[in-house]
Amino acid sequence: MAVCVSLDVMTITYREAVRSGMREALQRDARVFLMGEDVGEYGGTYACSKGLLAEFGPERIRDTPLSESTFVGAGIGAALGGMRPIVEVMTVNFSLLALDQIMNNAATLRHMSGGQFSVPLVVRMATGAGRQVAAQHSHSLEGWYAHIPGITVLTPATITDARGMLLTALKQPDPVFIFEHAYLYSMEGPLEEGPVAVEISHAAVRRLGKDVSLLTFGGSVWKALAAAEQLAQEGIDAELVDLRVLRPLDRDTMLTSVRKTHRAIVIDEAWRTGSFAAEISAVIMEQAFYDLDAPVARVCSEEIPIPYPKHLEEAALPSVGKIVQAVRRLLG
Amino acid sequence: MTTTPSDADNRAHLLRLLGEIAPEADLATLNPDVSFRDQLDLDSMDFLNFVVSLHRAFHIEIPESDYPKYTTLSGCLAQVAALRT
Amino acid sequence: MAEFVMPTLGADMTEGTLVQWKKRVGDRIAKGEIIAEVDTEKAAIDVECHANGIIDRLLTKPGEKVPVGTVMAVIRDEGPPATASLQPQHIAPQPVLRQPIPTPAAKTAPLPAPSGRLRISPAARKLAAERGFDPTGLTGTGPEGAITLEDIARAGTSTADIAKPAGTAERQARMRQTIAAAMARSKREIPHYYLSTTIDLSHALAWLTAENARRPVTERLLVSVLFIKAVALALRQIPELNALWKDGEAVRSERIHIGTAISLRQGGLVAPALHDADRAGLGDLMQRFQDLVKRSRAGSLRSSELSDPTITVTSLGEQGVETVFGVIYPPQVALVGFGKVLERPWVANGLVVARPVVIASLSADHRVSDGHRGGLFLGELDRLLQEPQSL
Repeated sequence: MAVCVSLDVMTITYREAVRSGMREALQRDARVFLMGEDVGEYGGTYACSKGLLAEFGPERIRDTPLSESTFVGAGIGAALGGMRPIVEVMTVNFSLLALDQIMNNAATLRHMSGGQFSVPLVVRMATGAGRQVAAQHSHSLEGWYAHIPGITVLTPATITDARGMLLTALKQPDPVFIFEHAYLYSMEGPLEEGPVAVEISHAAVRRLGKDVSLLTFGGSVWKALAAAEQLAQEGIDAELVDLRVLRPLDRDTMLTSVRKTHRAIVIDEAWRTGSFAAEISAVIMEQAFYDLDAPVARVCSEEIPIPYPKHLEEAALPSVGKIVQAVRRLLG
Repeated sequence: MTTTPSDADNRAHLLRLLGEIAPEADLATLNPDVSFRDQLDLDSMDFLNFVVSLHRAFHIEIPESDYPKYTTLSGCLAQVAALRT
Repeated sequence: MAEFVMPTLGADMTEGTLVQWKKRVGDRIAKGEIIAEVDTEKAAIDVECHANGIIDRLLTKPGEKVPVGTVMAVIRDEGPPATASLQPQHIAPQPVLRQPIPTPAAKTAPLPAPSGRLRISPAARKLAAERGFDPTGLTGTGPEGAITLEDIARAGTSTADIAKPAGTAERQARMRQTIAAAMARSKREIPHYYLSTTIDLSHALAWLTAENARRPVTERLLVSVLFIKAVALALRQIPELNALWKDGEAVRSERIHIGTAISLRQGGLVAPALHDADRAGLGDLMQRFQDLVKRSRAGSLRSSELSDPTITVTSLGEQGVETVFGVIYPPQVALVGFGKVLERPWVANGLVVARPVVIASLSADHRVSDGHRGGLFLGELDRLLQEPQSL
């Protein structure tokens, strides 16, 4: 695992970590440039690119029109032409306007050209709820993207991954989509020492345990970790697997965990029906059925557009309490 | 009991039928005057099957009231000899 | 698409060994046809298929031992292989692309819907199978009362390494073990109560003698068939005895499949089912009974015959036994025993006369029925045997 642990750490926010990763990439490789809505003068909707325009100039930090299809398409063209674009889409909800470019061009051009064309594109976008920005800015659709062959789907949950995944993503010959949970941008945490770039092929075990496997990714990792700590006080020892990479999925790490604990709960902020949690559940059923001591359980969002009022929004999302409850039910 | 050639044939035939019913039995040591049931652990079903096989092999009619006559090897030989002529 | 899974051939079976496939990939198969021969602790069994179609894939190799419920074969519907549809119809024929793409065999697949199945986790089922431990009847502590790994670990004293296809002696030893497990479980878990009654058989035997005189030698009836039919009809009146104990409650069976205890000549016994015995005529029952005995002893019983009985009837009169005190075969909840038909002094109309009688006994599960209902059952059995012509 390239997620190294060190005692000598500095504390920064997730937002700063993303910015630090982009700055590093812009410095290292002249082909790298950033474009998206308000990434320049405004410094990014989530302030991820604050200061970058001043540092790297308008050629490399480019504000675009409010047309996702256009600027994602332009990014694909630039990648085909040999550049290493980072395209920022404001939220995953808006990325749907660019879905034709993503699905029919970015993900398929290598295949359609018989391997002659590469699209080394990185698209970053915010996902997830919890900030009272209502139904058009709060959904978790990364599971939809994980359905598409030909692309890589990353969900950094830690400060280290938020900074380091981008650098490795830019080295890939094919499109990489990075989903940053919007709730995490202001989270502070330790930046582990070591190389900035991190590997993007494996899941990470964030907490060792023996009684139940909590399988999750992105913003839900921290809820699951809090639930695990609470369960520990009841004598239940939960293992936490941060999937990190939704496509291609690292089956081995999660299956190893499930084979050890014999119980699995998938926590996914998307809606339950047709969710990525359903995929995880199916993989476990296919490959670890005879190791299961209880049915796989899922903690997902309620099947409604995410509500605006704070109490309703909280009620709609996976929570520490819901995860703890699910674990208790699973243990009988 | 005198042994005519046809008796020997019948005897071999009868032992073969018994062997099908009780394949694990050692028929060489069968006492001809002790009932099959006691020697071969035949039950009613086995006995019924044996009677049916006698009927088929020797083309003889065996009413249920005659069953007691067929419970030993000697009895069977006598019945077969009597009914086939 | 349908899946053929390792069936449960009796409540005590947790795994089986494939002896041979009776069909090959591409063969057509109909519901009820024999698809495979499977070796259990008790016997090599011809297993029927429950779907119509074409054998698409055979996933288990002969000699392989797999747990109950494992998908062993995939049966597809009639028509071209599913893989052919990967090619869109409007594309011009391209021989290279038209090669069917080999589909990797599924590693595992979910079990069919658990209608009345034991509620046990897959991991616990596997552990129990590995230890040769029968988990039926354990109280589960998992979600919704499911039996978990921990329950098995607590309950199972390891009797590992039973079962692989083998010779007669080993099979007999294993059968002994299987019977031991089932009977020990029965006596451990089932609070038996026993009732018996002496039944006057003069009417029944007189009727039988007349009937057999009428029938050719190949179609004659045994008195045991009268017993079986009478038990089946009596169960219609007292249906709680025709049930299976599952997950802490008795589930009544709509159909009456009488398990008939048949001792094997090499030792041991099996109790295969006479299906729907209450609806069969005596001649038909007799033919099927005869066939069952023959095939039990030849070791060629069918899967459904071993797994389906809803009650057991055992007759030990051949050995001179007067009264049977039977042990219920779980998950059944009752067993009916018949002793030897004897001439006994009998009082009729104030006179002592000699009558042929039989002692019928009932062993029943007190969790499910009470002595009063058991008594009614024996009474009904007696009444039916007084009217043999109505059987």
